Amino acid sequence: MEFKLPLFPEQASSVAGQVDAFYLFLVLLTTFFSLLIALMIVFFIIKYRKRPDHKAEQIHGSTLLEIVWTAIPLGISMIIFVWGAVLYYHLQNPPKDALEIYGVGKQWMWKFQHPGGQREINTLHVPTGRPVKVTLISQDVIHDFFVPAFRIKTDVLPNRYMHTWFTPTREGNYHLFCSQYCGTNHSGMIGEVVVMKPEDYAEWLASGKAEGSMASMGEKLFQEFGCTTCHRPDAGARGPSLLGLYGRPVRLSDNRVVIADDNYIRESILNPNAKIVSGFQPIMPTFQGVVSEEGLIQITEYIKHLSQQDSEPLSNRSNPAVLRDTEVPTIQQELKGRGNEPAAPSGKKP
Amino acid sequence: MPAKHYLNDNYGIRSWLLTKDHKRIAILYLCTITFFFFLGGMFAALIRLELLTPEGDLFHSDTYNKLFTMHGVNMIFFFLIPSVPAVLGNFILPIMLGAKDLAFPKINLLSWYIFIVGAGFGLAALIGGGVDTGWTFYTPLSTGYVRTPVIVLAVGILIAGFASIFTGLNFIVTTHRMRAPGMTWGRLPLMVWANYAASLIMILGTPVIAITLILVALERGFHIGVFDPKLGGDPVLFQHMFWFYSHPAVYIMILPGMGVISEIVTCFSRKRVFGYTFIAFSSIAIAVFGFVVWAHHMFVAGISTYSALVFSLLSFAVAIPSAVKVFNWTATMYKGSVSLETPMLYALAFIGLFTIGGLTGLFLAALGTDIHIHDTYFVVAHFHYVMVGGMVTAYLGGIHFWWPKMTGKMYPEAPAKLAALITFIGFNLTFFPQFILGYLGMPRRYHAYPPEFQVLNVLSSAGASVLAVGFIMPLVYFLWSLKFGEAAGDNPWDAKGLEWQTTSPPPTHNFHEVPIVTEDPYNYGEEANVVH
Repeated sequence: MEFKLPLFPEQASSVAGQVDAFYLFLVLLTTFFSLLIALMIVFFIIKYRKRPDHKAEQIHGSTLLEIVWTAIPLGISMIIFVWGAVLYYHLQNPPKDALEIYGVGKQWMWKFQHPGGQREINTLHVPTGRPVKVTLISQDVIHDFFVPAFRIKTDVLPNRYMHTWFTPTREGNYHLFCSQYCGTNHSGMIGEVVVMKPEDYAEWLASGKAEGSMASMGEKLFQEFGCTTCHRPDAGARGPSLLGLYGRPVRLSDNRVVIADDNYIRESILNPNAKIVSGFQPIMPTFQGVVSEEGLIQITEYIKHLSQQDSEPLSNRSNPAVLRDTEVPTIQQELKGRGNEPAAPSGKKP
Repeated sequence: MPAKHYLNDNYGIRSWLLTKDHKRIAILYLCTITFFFFLGGMFAALIRLELLTPEGDLFHSDTYNKLFTMHGVNMIFFFLIPSVPAVLGNFILPIMLGAKDLAFPKINLLSWYIFIVGAGFGLAALIGGGVDTGWTFYTPLSTGYVRTPVIVLAVGILIAGFASIFTGLNFIVTTHRMRAPGMTWGRLPLMVWANYAASLIMILGTPVIAITLILVALERGFHIGVFDPKLGGDPVLFQHMFWFYSHPAVYIMILPGMGVISEIVTCFSRKRVFGYTFIAFSSIAIAVFGFVVWAHHMFVAGISTYSALVFSLLSFAVAIPSAVKVFNWTATMYKGSVSLETPMLYALAFIGLFTIGGLTGLFLAALGTDIHIHDTYFVVAHFHYVMVGGMVTAYLGGIHFWWPKMTGKMYPEAPAKLAALITFIGFNLTFFPQFILGYLGMPRRYHAYPPEFQVLNVLSSAGASVLAVGFIMPLVYFLWSLKFGEAAGDNPWDAKGLEWQTTSPPPTHNFHEVPIVTEDPYNYGEEANVVH
């Protein structure tokens, strides 16, 4: 039996120290108040113990005291709330230039893909010093991606992408735990995050047997599944062109405007009739059961890639739904008016 | 002891199984939930035994998953939720109000039968192999991926929920309509206020879990898509519906316990309670706020940032009324005349342990830390501190306090004090290390764990064995006291409250004459002034 008694996991990400500081503040605060109550009780039960000559004093209460001991905890709670909320906001919002890695969880293992196509099972190699955004989905039940050393966690859902991000700061091997009960081998769904110096990470990437970058794998699938049949940039195409699509607003047949993000693309492939692009017919077949979650991720990477290329000025007929830049500000206002902030597009403008 | 009382008024199994006497029904509940407490406790013992070593070497994974599921289900649905209301509330509430019985005695009996049927389904699920979804039944795992008797168990829980609804209904109507003359709302014992608030939650919240479990059963049995994305459903919807009840449920569990503490602290400080109005209204506030914080169980589950902010803020708000109670109880002891009989020991333990449990809730309400400690042993420690250190402690304190009234016998004081001490030590040794384990990152529901977590797990399991002793001792000496205990007399604690104005045990109709109330509750400064 190892006789170590640590209290904190290692701090291996840029936020770990901040979370620990907040935690320590809470520990000190709660210890203080617990001791205060405990000591007061002990003091009272001794000082005011039952004695034959001694009668209790019947005190009704004190409204002032009630106000004070309501207001002080309320005030302290608000401080805790704000501190926690600010930290949370930081933890939830990945920086724009994050290295994007995709993960698929399934009973009872993790599969990761790096943008260059390198794949890993139950291990995740990442470099220090730059933000890493992990986009995750499950193939079956709800899992959870938890790296204690980074102080981050997100549930991994089967019907839409979730993400988390971290900036690793210290080399080493750290536990990755599935932390949403997922069946028989839940406690076996453990992985390892290997944090390396950037040079070592680059070396590791180069040494891997990648079949090709994710985007090129996605392009292959795009052709294999016959997507090119309908999704073409020419005027008579049966489906909307995907050039410049990723991250942009799209107008639907019911006049709603949505942002073409990862979840939109995934839904469009698995359940095409959920959202029909304005000006097109609901004729796309579903690929549910045909394409795997990894395949979906690769196709999404490919589509993202398409938005980074320069594209020709688009004719009205072929993609009335992909809005030109001049129209974008109006849509942004419309969305704001409905309380729906559009996500900032992540592709470059054509 | 009086010659005739509710226990010997009638003999025979029929007089018990067809009784309409709230006191006998309380005893029926007592026996039933004690059985489920020890059943759930046995599962806990097996869990802690497995967790002595990092490897999953005592049980197969599926068995372990069933152990923690059945531990949670039994403890929550078949022990904690009925505990104080159905045992102590049923017995004492009408007497405290000066009434002959609850408003609907037959519905009271029906509620016990419904509970038996529901719990029977639970046992059937256990005999059918046990369920392994966790007591939280998250989808789509529970509806599409496990092969255990989920529907049987879900049906059992939803049936038992109706027992809860009927009890709540009964309490509310009784409190409104059956108070003795002179018993105004401002003179109600705080035990009544607490049970009243809990009853509001029971009747408003329980139907939601019933519907949720029905939908789980429909999806699982008939593949009607509600929660499983493969059938077009949304798994997070389940979590919203489940927690919409299950969060208020924890207040159903704790509020009656808090009522018990108010009764005990006043009696053993010989003092009226400090801040009666504030304690009474804090119970109502907890019930109301308890309904708007459910998504604090879902901060990482896929809710929006804005939702998370709102629920975090409200979760801090719900903590405040509980803090107010703790301060008021402490202030009640100030300038009191305090003695440390067993009920008081449990009440003091409650105040300390509930404070720690409640304060650790702040770590979870705070978004920045919740990300890290969600679904780890930190949460397990937190809820055991409030549920066991809080609720079970209050329940045991109440059982000790009212045992003489219920049975006419005194339990033996020395073993009782020892058991209270053993329980306190065992409890802290079991659950305090789990806070540390949680922050270190050990997830919940882990059958096997990385070796660096072993020391803390061993400490926790060692504590569990001590805690087990502390819980078994009362079972032994309470049973002993039935035969060999000293006769208690009407008011062994010299307490205020209408229940102490009648015999121990009380007659079937509680009072020989209708009491008339002329004084405030906890009027310890003066002689009892009840005019007959």
